[in-house]
Amino acid sequence: MATEPYETHEYDVIVIGAGGAGLRAAIEASAKGVRTAVICKSLLGKAHTVMAEGGMAAAMGNVWPEDNWKVHFRDTMRGGKMLNNWRMAQIHAQESPDRVLELEEWGALFDRTKDGLILQRDFGGHRYARLAHVGDRTGLEMIRTLQQHAVHKGIDVYMECNVQRLLKDGDKIAGAFGYWRETGAFILFRAKAVVLATGGVGKSWKVTSNSWECTGDGITLATDAGAELIDMEMVQFHPTGMVWPPSVRGILVTEGVRGDGGTLKNSSGERFMFKYIPEFFKAETADNEKEADAWYEDKKNNRRTPDLLPRDEVARAINSEIKAGRGTPHGGVFLDIASRRPADYIQKRLPSMYHQFKELADVDITKEPMEIGPTCHYIMGGVRVDADTTATAVKGLFAAGEVAAGLHGANRLGGNSLSDLVVFGRRAGLHAAEYAQALPSQPVVDAGEVERVMHNLLKPFENTGGENPYAIHADLQETMQSLVGLIRVEPELKEALDKLAELRKRLDNVSVLGGRQYNPGWHMALDLHNMLTVSLACTVGAIARKESRGGHTRDDYPTTDPHFAKVNLVMRQENGEMRLREEPLPEMPDELKQLFEEGH
Amino acid sequence: MAAVAERPAGGPSASASAAGQTVTMRIWRGDAAGGAFQEYTVPLEEGMVVLDVVHRIQAMQANDLAVRWNCKAGKCGSCSAEINGKPRLMCMTRMNTFEPGKVITISPIRTFPLIKDLVTDVSFNFQKAKEVPAFKPKPLDPDGKRRMYQEDVDRVQEFHKCIECFLCQNVCHVIRDHEENKQSFAGPRLFVRLAALELHPLDTNDRRELLKYKAGLGFCNITKCCTEVCPEHIHITDNAIIPLKERVVTEFYDPLAWIARKLSGRDPRKGIVE
Ligand SMILES: Cc1cc2nc3c(=O)[nH]c(=O)nc-3n(C[C@H](O)[C@H](O)[C@H](O)COP(=O)(O)OP(=O)(O)OC[C@H]3O[C@@H](n4cnc5c(N)ncnc54)[C@H](O)[C@@H]3O)c2cc1C
Ligand code: SF4
Ligand code: SF4
Ligand code: FES
Repeated sequence: MATEPYETHEYDVIVIGAGGAGLRAAIEASAKGVRTAVICKSLLGKAHTVMAEGGMAAAMGNVWPEDNWKVHFRDTMRGGKMLNNWRMAQIHAQESPDRVLELEEWGALFDRTKDGLILQRDFGGHRYARLAHVGDRTGLEMIRTLQQHAVHKGIDVYMECNVQRLLKDGDKIAGAFGYWRETGAFILFRAKAVVLATGGVGKSWKVTSNSWECTGDGITLATDAGAELIDMEMVQFHPTGMVWPPSVRGILVTEGVRGDGGTLKNSSGERFMFKYIPEFFKAETADNEKEADAWYEDKKNNRRTPDLLPRDEVARAINSEIKAGRGTPHGGVFLDIASRRPADYIQKRLPSMYHQFKELADVDITKEPMEIGPTCHYIMGGVRVDADTTATAVKGLFAAGEVAAGLHGANRLGGNSLSDLVVFGRRAGLHAAEYAQALPSQPVVDAGEVERVMHNLLKPFENTGGENPYAIHADLQETMQSLVGLIRVEPELKEALDKLAELRKRLDNVSVLGGRQYNPGWHMALDLHNMLTVSLACTVGAIARKESRGGHTRDDYPTTDPHFAKVNLVMRQENGEMRLREEPLPEMPDELKQLFEEGH
Repeated sequence: MAAVAERPAGGPSASASAAGQTVTMRIWRGDAAGGAFQEYTVPLEEGMVVLDVVHRIQAMQANDLAVRWNCKAGKCGSCSAEINGKPRLMCMTRMNTFEPGKVITISPIRTFPLIKDLVTDVSFNFQKAKEVPAFKPKPLDPDGKRRMYQEDVDRVQEFHKCIECFLCQNVCHVIRDHEENKQSFAGPRLFVRLAALELHPLDTNDRRELLKYKAGLGFCNITKCCTEVCPEHIHITDNAIIPLKERVVTEFYDPLAWIARKLSGRDPRKGIVE
């Protein structure tokens, strides 16, 4: 096959992804004085971060002076069922207040307390009202602030540019190769360091809150380049996605609805969450409606409402209610704020939820309950990184944001992602810049390798009469939804492995109609490689973790297992195969361990 | 008009379709070199929005149909198009707002150069954004904190709701049919951005030069077309453009007024449309 010419750009640091994590990384790298570029597959400002609603967790103590990083750290670890990397959880809790204030310094306007400080709201699993927010469009405020700051710093942005492969010089990163969506032309980046900030994987499931971009590209780029993955079985199903009408199924309903007073009810109007309080959270959870309702106003003398248990608990409870026949007509449960808060309060606090239900479902949430059910939302697992530097196992490759793993353990608390993005985005940018500065010369890209990659990327055009990429995608979503969903069992997981292998074969024969220019069919065919890679890793992990913990629920192993409490499942590709091994969790120092013994 | 062979695809099953109804859409297919409308007929399902139908066409009949989208919930501003000639977000336009059986026409937004099908080149907006002098906050309070009151941030938060769908840019007559004006006119989206900075309680930067000359505020004759299409219901003309115009008049010629406002962090002007 003839090769075609491609453009080449040279940088010290390239950041793949322009969500919260990528933009923050680029800002930091550029501030260190290195040549920096950001690459993203959508337009600037459209990354998934823009959709984040409820807020950004940081123990600033503006609403509850009792709050501090230790409490936030403890909440994060307990929410993650102690599978978290303790050091990441510590850094995150310590640094997130500064990162919130920094956004304010760059022009963000958070909602205010009466004395003019940043207001904080309640969210599941957080002991105190802790989420800095702007109504229910916090992600928009974050991404716009970072985007504008990055633009004013003169950072180069490559929009609608899709990275397909990382390139190495020996054991070091040397750059990345991809294509422009607009023209289909190829583009090579030569770089000393690469930061992955590509976000999540939700597009492999059928009912999902995630956008088309969430195809696990960064995770795949990393493992294809030899980096390690951990906790890939840990996928979060958010308890409250829309369920009706069918075309909106999966779209997120922010946890802020419950944070602001909404409650879950089954078809007979029962507030069922009181039946599902696990032993682990009994001491700190209200066991009656009166106490639960009083908690919103007086947190000192009341325990928190079970409506705000961590997401994994709530999602399972909803699933059980539906299975027991106590669901709504459309197969969800009710989320009711209409009967509990005044209409103007709801409109002020949850404007985009109001809008979303009104326009997409003909439901007025100030008058009627919403129908909701679990939706695939977030992956806690991902690329394994060093806690302090975000470095991966490949020299010069860093990762931050949803693509990286460790901070959230087995389950992420709401609001902890937005803070994660800026805390570790900043660190990734910093350490990538330092690494690049220390590297004596620009690594060399192997032109032969580039040619091979190019050939692979064009293969779908050569397969004539092959399969429709959208059909393969639909079957993949069906497979992951029904066999590797919220509740898992071994025979189904094994069946999923077989199906994934079949899908992989079908992908080899995928064919694309039309030309190179802005061709979503081609893009889908290429994204399928990534979706299949993360789906396989998730399934392999799910088979190996023979227990239930956080986002991973095994009906055949319904309890936690002390053995698995102490290990990460680590994956690495060897000769094209996903190899899995157990590795002990990093040991928490004694002074931090004490935080869990004092029974806070 | 070419007949389009159906390719098998999965996706949402057609079984729940709204009583077996179908819909026919005319979609612009083509690129800068030329093109034509093409008709597609697909099954309908309860609750569908225009973007769902476009996706179904893409999955079943036209894999290479170019369209931008991300959130499918009116939050990202990617899916702007002209639906039966009206500029709208495809993901927030319900199918049940159209008369059953009528053909629906979807074309790309007109003000920006066509790339392919429903995708246009919106780089104009990103270029103009670069020219805006950045946010520059005043010093911290003596205790190292920043205080702003909700009543002072409310009006700026309205501007921050902008999802950059560029529908307002698309309808503004100053640039819609006047390519030559793009050089010297930033457009309503950028006026919203400028107002957000100018009315920010902490900002101290000086944008008078830009406002007066480069942004072309003077071209705007307050037709309010931009306000009418804004999916975020931002009062672009009343709350952003008019205050900026007034500012140009008072402050360009009266530097003291400018300094006084920057120092107090408050705008004496009242009468905001809620
Ligand atoms: C509806 C919704 C609401 C949420 N609400 C909250 C909340 O209130 N609080 C909270 O903390 N979290 C929330 N989350 C989670 C949070 O928004 C995400 O986890 C987070 O935004 C991910 O950010 P990121 O920077 O890692 O990646 P993203 O924002 O997903 O950005 C990924 C970037 O990578 C680019 N990219 C990906 N692949 C490639 C490639 N191959 N080549 C080039 N570029 C590529 C994309 O174009 C994009 O720019 C919510 C999530 C959803 C879906
Ligand atoms: S009000 Fe001004 S900016 Fe808005 S559409 Fe009319 S001329 Fe354009
Ligand atoms: S101001 Fe309104 S119409 Fe204009 S880009 Fe922003 S959201 Fe869209
Ligand atoms: S897809 Fe985001 S606004 Fe329509």
